[in-house]
Amino acid sequence: MGAGHAHRLYRHGHSPVHALPPHTKLAAAFAFVVVVVSTPREAIWAYPLYAALLGAVAYVARVPAGFLLRRLLIEVPFVAFAVLMPFVAEGERVQVLGLSLSVNGLWGAWNVLAKGTLGVAASVLLAATTELRALLLGLQRLKLPPLLVQIASFMIRYGDVITDEMRRMRIARASRGFEARGVRHWGVLAKSAGALFIRSYERGERVHLAMVSRGYAGSLPVIDEVTASRAQWSYALALPLSALAVCLLGWIL
Amino acid sequence: MDPVTAPVPASAPTSGTAPGTAPEAAPGPAASLEVSGLAFAYPDGHQALFGVDFRIERGERVALLGPNGAGKTTLVLHLNGILTAGAGTVRVAGLPVDKRNMAEIRRRVGIVFQDPDDQLFMPTVREDVAFGPAAAGLRGAELEERVDRALERVGMREFKDRPPHHLSFGQRRRVAVATVLAMEPEILVLDEPSSNLDPASRRELADILRSLDVTVLMVTHDLPYALELCPRSLVLSEGVIAADGPTAELLADEELMRAHRLELPFGFDPRSVAVQSPRSAQSAQFV
Repeated sequence: MGAGHAHRLYRHGHSPVHALPPHTKLAAAFAFVVVVVSTPREAIWAYPLYAALLGAVAYVARVPAGFLLRRLLIEVPFVAFAVLMPFVAEGERVQVLGLSLSVNGLWGAWNVLAKGTLGVAASVLLAATTELRALLLGLQRLKLPPLLVQIASFMIRYGDVITDEMRRMRIARASRGFEARGVRHWGVLAKSAGALFIRSYERGERVHLAMVSRGYAGSLPVIDEVTASRAQWSYALALPLSALAVCLLGWIL
Repeated sequence: MDPVTAPVPASAPTSGTAPGTAPEAAPGPAASLEVSGLAFAYPDGHQALFGVDFRIERGERVALLGPNGAGKTTLVLHLNGILTAGAGTVRVAGLPVDKRNMAEIRRRVGIVFQDPDDQLFMPTVREDVAFGPAAAGLRGAELEERVDRALERVGMREFKDRPPHHLSFGQRRRVAVATVLAMEPEILVLDEPSSNLDPASRRELADILRSLDVTVLMVTHDLPYALELCPRSLVLSEGVIAADGPTAELLADEELMRAHRLELPFGFDPRSVAVQSPRSAQSAQFV
């Protein structure tokens, strides 16, 4: 499915993880994140264990560490916020390298950093091993409201079309000597964005017309039914279940 | 406003003169499309159609010609009930277009819109072609077979799993035709089928359309294309059918053409085209 069309996060392969039905992977990734988030932050030893679990998945999926780490960079802007926390949080303070840091803030930063990184890593792994199209089928299978699935599906279909339209508008502007060189030119860019919005809106109307003409009555027909065997579910759920064991230990110890 | 002044033949044009007219233009079954007294005004008061009458027999290929703003698109949107007539009726194979039969009407009338990017809205070619039949309730192997057959007919079967935006424009137009063929329509309505196509894609599409065993109504400005594919033409002008007759005769009538802002491309002489053999017409078109 979707040969020749791969989104940038996807990494083509034939590993056992790639082969799992999309909805089992979605459920597993979501459950894993929930388990990680509900782990007490004081159980520091639990987090390397979680990371090791993800590492094992990456190994089975044959996703190289470099690939995974590069994709993790998306997290950086959020991390910047976490780094601020020890400086601004209230409460008891400790001296580290001559800086006065809040203990609460340190715990908070650690909490955000560890859980966020694990969540992003799980998502990156999911995206690297599942095609966009399959993700949509999985969401549909997991009974996400059909309207949301439709919106996501149209985003994928028309993303390139609209980007292309934007590119043509930029070329048309440049051909008439326009160059955005500062705040004074933002007005022109804003008008372009407005025009793009209206064009997209009108395209939406035409697409709707085409859909209605082919019998659309509010819901997209389910053309591909994805199914998973018991064994496939158990492979997929191995990840969140082992994580759950770690989490429970974290609460008990 | 004006009543229909042009002579309207009661039935299909003289059979046998043209390829594409179904040999079994039997008088028995209802016409593929029957439009009578169709009038329509937009909510803002602009009246687009003033009593349109015509009839298309099963298996005919008819061109609908007319200048911009003649009401061609408005007419097309009445054929499958997107717009509802202010007065008059539209019947598809005998079935009137109204709220009760809407699902069946939309299955019977296959409209191919001008921009394939509007028509192809699903993530892959296969799913797009499957959309219509699946909406009608088809599933599984039957659906798969329907998709394969439709793609086969437009020569796009090996592109089944591609996303539409990775195809060339001509290929997308062909897939758009397949999405409609998959619904096994009574009549295929094409809005400007040759627009934006390079000459090779244009010829490929003509070959495909000629090979289909289905009634075709082709809305176009492209007069040579109409002559090549459609033995009969209708001229829609200012909301009425101004002329209805064999395409070659209409195009040769300079006065009629001028009166309705229809212009032949430079150097094109419809009288020099051998309509019987469209392939040789390709090379002999321009004198």
